[in-house]
Amino acid sequence: MADPFQRLGRFTLGALQKLGRALFFMAHVWLGTVDLVLRPRLVISQMFFLGVMSVLIVAVSGLFVGMVLGLQGYNVLSDFGAEQTLGVMVAASLVRELGPVVTALLFSGRAGSALTAEIGLMKTTEQLAGMEMMAVDPLRRVVAPRFFAGVASMPLLAALFSMVGVMGGYFVGVGLLGVDEGAFWSQMTAKIDFYDDVVNGVIKSAVFGVIVTWIAVYEGYDAVPTAEGVSRATTRSVVYSAFAVLGSDFVLTALMFGDH
Amino acid sequence: MHQSKLMETGVGLFVALGLMSLFFLAMQVSNLADVTGDAKGYRITARFQNVGSLKVRATVSMAGVRVGRVSSIRFDKESYEAVVDLMIDPQFDTIPSDTTATILTQGLLGEQYVGLSPGAESDYLKEGDKIDLTQSAMVLEQVISRFLFSKAEGGGAQPGGVAEPAKPEPVAPEPAPAVPASEPAADPADAGVTGTAPEPSPAGAVR
Repeated sequence: MADPFQRLGRFTLGALQKLGRALFFMAHVWLGTVDLVLRPRLVISQMFFLGVMSVLIVAVSGLFVGMVLGLQGYNVLSDFGAEQTLGVMVAASLVRELGPVVTALLFSGRAGSALTAEIGLMKTTEQLAGMEMMAVDPLRRVVAPRFFAGVASMPLLAALFSMVGVMGGYFVGVGLLGVDEGAFWSQMTAKIDFYDDVVNGVIKSAVFGVIVTWIAVYEGYDAVPTAEGVSRATTRSVVYSAFAVLGSDFVLTALMFGDH
Repeated sequence: MHQSKLMETGVGLFVALGLMSLFFLAMQVSNLADVTGDAKGYRITARFQNVGSLKVRATVSMAGVRVGRVSSIRFDKESYEAVVDLMIDPQFDTIPSDTTATILTQGLLGEQYVGLSPGAESDYLKEGDKIDLTQSAMVLEQVISRFLFSKAEGGGAQPGGVAEPAKPEPVAPEPAPAVPASEPAADPADAGVTGTAPEPSPAGAVR
C-alpha cells in the first residue's frame, strides 16, 4: 500500500540508523581495550578459536590457489615464451590481491559466521542481559576480545595464505612444468617491491580484518533474539562481509596501485 | 589449566607461523633484502640525453653482474638532460673514472638498466663523482626512422622506396636542429647518439 518513495525513505533511514548504531557499538568496543590489556588471556583464547582453527582451511586453500595460478599462468605465459616470469605473476597476484581478499572471504565464512552465531545465541538465551544485571559490560567482556582477536588474526592468516600459495606455484611451476628455478625466484625478487606490494597487502588484510570482524560481532549483537533471527544474522554477516571486502578492495587498490 | 596451556601454545605457534610467513614474503618474495642493502655504498652521477623508460631501482650492471642500483632520476632544467644517480655497492670501489654508462634493455621488451663499461684510467670513481661518457637509451621510433631514412638514401632501387622517403624525410631532420641547441652546453661526448643520425654504430659516440 505504501508508495515507493515512502518505502525508499524507510529503507534509507533504517540503513542509516543501523550504520549509526554500528559506529556507536564500535566506539564502545574500543573502550574495552583497557580491560584487554589487564586480561590478555581473553584475547588469547579467542585467537585460538578464530585464528588457529582457521589455519588449516587457509593453508590448504592457499596451496591450491597457488597451484592453479601456476598451471594457468604457465599456459598463458608459455605462449609468449615468458614462462620465467611465472614466479612474478603468482607472487604479485597472491600478495596484492588474492591473499588478502580470499583469506578475508574464508575468514568470514569460517570465523565470522561462528562469531555472529555465538553472540546471537548469547543474546537469545539472555546471557548478555544476565551479564548486565551483574554489572559486567558484555561489550567489553564478550565482544571486545573477539573483535581484537579477529583483527589480529587476519593479517597473519593472509600472510600465511600468500606464502603457501607461492610455494604451491613453485611446486607446480618448477617441479611439474620445468620452469627454471633460479629465474622463478630471482625474477620474483626483482619485480615484487617490499613497500608497494607486501606492505600494501598487509595493510589491506588488516583493513579486511576490521571490516569482517566488525560486521560479524555487530550482526550477532544486533540479531533478533529468536532462532530465526540468529540464523538470518549469520547469513547477513557472511553476505555483508563479502560485499564490504570486495567493495573496499576496489577502493584500496585504487588508492594503493592506482597512480602507477 | 591444562587446556589453557595447550591453547596458549597453539596461539603462540600461530603467531610465529604468521610472522614467519611475513618474513618469507619480505625476504624471499620481495626485494627488501636488496633495498636495505642500497643504504650502503657510494653515489655517482651520470647525465643522459634521454633515459627512455629507465626507472628508479633499476639495475646497474658491469659485465652483466649487478654492481648497484639507480637511486634517483631527475631532470636538469638548465641543460635539458636527465640526471641519474647510481648507488654502487661498496665492494665495487675500483671503477675507473673514464667508465662509460649506457642505458640498455634486457631482452627484446625487458626492463631497462644502466650498463657500465670500464675505461683505462688508473684513478677510481668515488662518492659524488660524475660519469662524463654516457650514451642514451635507444628509442624504438628513432631507430626505425633512422633505418628508413638511411634505406631511402641508399636503396632507391626498391619499387616501394620511391613513395616512402617522402614521409621519413620531415621526421629525420627534426633531431638534427634539436641537438646543436643543447650540445655546446653539455659535454661534447654526450651528444653521440642523437647527433649523428645516419650512423647506427654507437661506438662512435664514446670516443
